[in-house]
Amino acid sequence: MADIEIPVLTTTVDKMVQWARRSSIWPVTFGLACCAIEMMAMSASRYDIARFGAEVFRGSPRQSDLMIVAGRLSRKMAPVLRRIYDQMPEPKYVISMGACASVGGVFDNYAIVQGVDQVVPVDVFVPGCPPRPESLIYGIIQLQKKIDGQKAFG
Amino acid sequence: MSTLTDLVPGLEEAAAADGMPTVYARLEGLAETGRALRDAGFVVLLDAVPVDLLAAEPRFEISYLLLNPGGNGTPPARLRLKVRVPGADPRVPTLSGVWSSANWAEREAYDFYGIIFDGHPDLRRILMPDDWEGFPMRKDYPVQIKEPVKTYSPMQITAEEFVANIDAARDRVNR
Repeated sequence: MADIEIPVLTTTVDKMVQWARRSSIWPVTFGLACCAIEMMAMSASRYDIARFGAEVFRGSPRQSDLMIVAGRLSRKMAPVLRRIYDQMPEPKYVISMGACASVGGVFDNYAIVQGVDQVVPVDVFVPGCPPRPESLIYGIIQLQKKIDGQKAFG
Repeated sequence: MSTLTDLVPGLEEAAAADGMPTVYARLEGLAETGRALRDAGFVVLLDAVPVDLLAAEPRFEISYLLLNPGGNGTPPARLRLKVRVPGADPRVPTLSGVWSSANWAEREAYDFYGIIFDGHPDLRRILMPDDWEGFPMRKDYPVQIKEPVKTYSPMQITAEEFVANIDAARDRVNR
């Protein structure tokens, strides 16, 4: 064995599958408010989320892995958000982007859901009002670390 | 201004802090007043804005913002038409037969203030969920309501309507 000259890489199936999953996170196009502008900036050329493999925004939840809840969620919109989340195939992840999606933000009133974790399970909360594209990229990297630590099977 | 009150009966001039010409109309016969104003040149209804003056009576006031676009030598003009609405039984005759833009504006007023517009062709909520309780822009409505979020809403169309929609789309394609 000591004389092998070609480079050899060993890994487990678990690690490889999770590497594949974290390296191509496809977010669903789901902008609710002004945070969506920062989300678009993140995916555009200046911040370029393609560097981290998450640039393919899909218009259909059936083709998506990640839902970035970008903005305040009204009570009327909550069933829609839940339905889109339910339509996404497993494994699926949720980033709550900004103060409004996370805790209601300045909209402490009857119409706005005070935290989207009442509606869908959230993996990463990104603070800010709105968060800068760098913050959201950091959130996505945190999500990638989280996916890396998960088991693919079981 | 004075010519307008001569032209349209039942108008009462009012002072406005911003200097915009303002008149109060009587609740009964509001549609006739509106029609006369429209025929006098105010052909655009920009918005209908209810105000809740809680503890005062009459409790509500609706401002109709009118525009005369002018032309043919007459200068453009704006007018604020106001009407007082009692709080115990807030009913207003609809203006949707006069200005069709009143349709959605009055639906919004009903949605947020619970003001009933008699004769409105389709008076239901426009912005809040259909099964919402209460009228949120009233001043005695709580700011925050502590109740669980509804995450499920049933399909809003029946099976027959669904089939009819598909048939209609097919007809459009075939035509």
